[in-house]
Amino acid sequence: MDTVNRIFEPVGNLFFRMFEETGRWFQMLQRTFVWTFRPPFEVREWLRQMVRLGIDSIPVVALTTMFTGMVMALQTFTGFQRVHAENFVASVVSLAMVRELSPVLVGLMVAGRVGSSMAAEIGTMRVTEQLDALEALATDPVHYLFVPRVLAGIVMLPFLTLLGDAIGIAGGYLVAVKLLGANPLVYDQNTWMFLDLKDIWSGLVKAAVFGLLLTLTGCIKGYYTTGGAEGVGRATTSAVVTGSLLILLSDFFLTKVLF
Amino acid sequence: MVHRTPHYQETILLRLVDLHKSFGPKKVLKGLSLDVHRGESVVIVGGSGTGKSVTLKNIIGLMCPDEGHVLVDGKDVCHMKPRELNMMRRRFGMSFQEGALFDSMSVFENVAFPLRRHTQKTEKEIEARVEECLELVNLYGVSDKRPSELSGGMRRRVGFARAFSLAPEILLFDEPTTGLDPVMSDVVADLIIEMDDKLGATAITITHDLKVAFKIADKVAMIHDGRIIEQGPPEVFEKSTNPIVRQFVEGRAEGPLTDERQEARD
Repeated sequence: MDTVNRIFEPVGNLFFRMFEETGRWFQMLQRTFVWTFRPPFEVREWLRQMVRLGIDSIPVVALTTMFTGMVMALQTFTGFQRVHAENFVASVVSLAMVRELSPVLVGLMVAGRVGSSMAAEIGTMRVTEQLDALEALATDPVHYLFVPRVLAGIVMLPFLTLLGDAIGIAGGYLVAVKLLGANPLVYDQNTWMFLDLKDIWSGLVKAAVFGLLLTLTGCIKGYYTTGGAEGVGRATTSAVVTGSLLILLSDFFLTKVLF
Repeated sequence: MVHRTPHYQETILLRLVDLHKSFGPKKVLKGLSLDVHRGESVVIVGGSGTGKSVTLKNIIGLMCPDEGHVLVDGKDVCHMKPRELNMMRRRFGMSFQEGALFDSMSVFENVAFPLRRHTQKTEKEIEARVEECLELVNLYGVSDKRPSELSGGMRRRVGFARAFSLAPEILLFDEPTTGLDPVMSDVVADLIIEMDDKLGATAITITHDLKVAFKIADKVAMIHDGRIIEQGPPEVFEKSTNPIVRQFVEGRAEGPLTDERQEARD
């Protein structure tokens, strides 16, 4: 009996914790949604978060998508050359960037850069009683802290993704044309040939969802921090891991729905 | 010891009824009851880990008791709707142990925070009010500083200024003098009396500093083992015959308080 308990207890606990965290997540989502439409609206705080999340992420996003576009061109070129389909490199790069790589990579980079810092910031506020102080000052932390951050994520991620699309495609062009000697005119033409407005649009919808996922996860992990500096560290790590996982998991389902 | 002359009214503003609260297997509050009159200054004393902070957090609804009621003007804090709770909280001003200032804001913005959020005051009126509040706690020329640039005592005073910027009816002080030198402690105690008198507010202070407690209190209540074991005006409390209170007042290492801890360890 003891051995059985020892095996099943942790498994059961794990399930309970998973259910608890999922429930908490949706509860917070609902609270964030409700508070979004209630005054006072902290416009200044919202703009500050948009700058922090959006503008400050531009260098990271540019570098990541640039090199991804470049390596995409390089890889597909070597592969397609074997079947004499070099001309389609451009189409593959642009489709892959716009539909998949740009939103996901931007999401992951921002989760690492901003999701973690949100968890650390709010977590520190928790352990130094600043969240209690907010509540004591008749201000719901979800209203004051979550709403501007989540809104900034939903608004800024599509912009960053659009930027990533352009830079990634440019990176592919550079490698294919300047390094591998593809015809610039044909490459340019093929970039746009199979690209629909719907491809771009579906990528942006994904990005907005990722923006919601990563900011809300960062905020929640910070909010439920316990146990001092060590706890803040745990919350930060967990914000990145959970945020990234949620992005990758939801990516599949979103693609399925948006095809 | 210096004592205050009582100056409160007969109406009960806040009533704690039979509060129970546990964290996991640890029972912190075991039936705590206390009445606070309008305008009264109540000081809750007790050793570390006896549930003082938990009591304060229950009063302002940051935590709900497992059993029992916190009644403000006869209304249960834990059964209030969020909007009602927020309205109720505006009547409170709470100062936290380490100040709990928002470190992403300057001192000015910290004190202005409740004013900006809960009043329709113009920026000029807010400035005047913040100035007034900072003067009340004897702070000059620190408005633009960040909390991290201030000393512990200064941070705490900014915390006071923020707590009463909305001119609350009820002030809550969480360990206002812990970690301060004796002179600073006395300054803070004077400050609490002054604020209390100026605002005509009800004050609830938790501390283990008996000198401060006797100085600012109309009523001292001692928490032990999750209950109030003794309460009364300072001059009565000081002469209590309860052995636990005696040990605490005299600050002896031997006595029922330490024996119990020893037993708990064994």
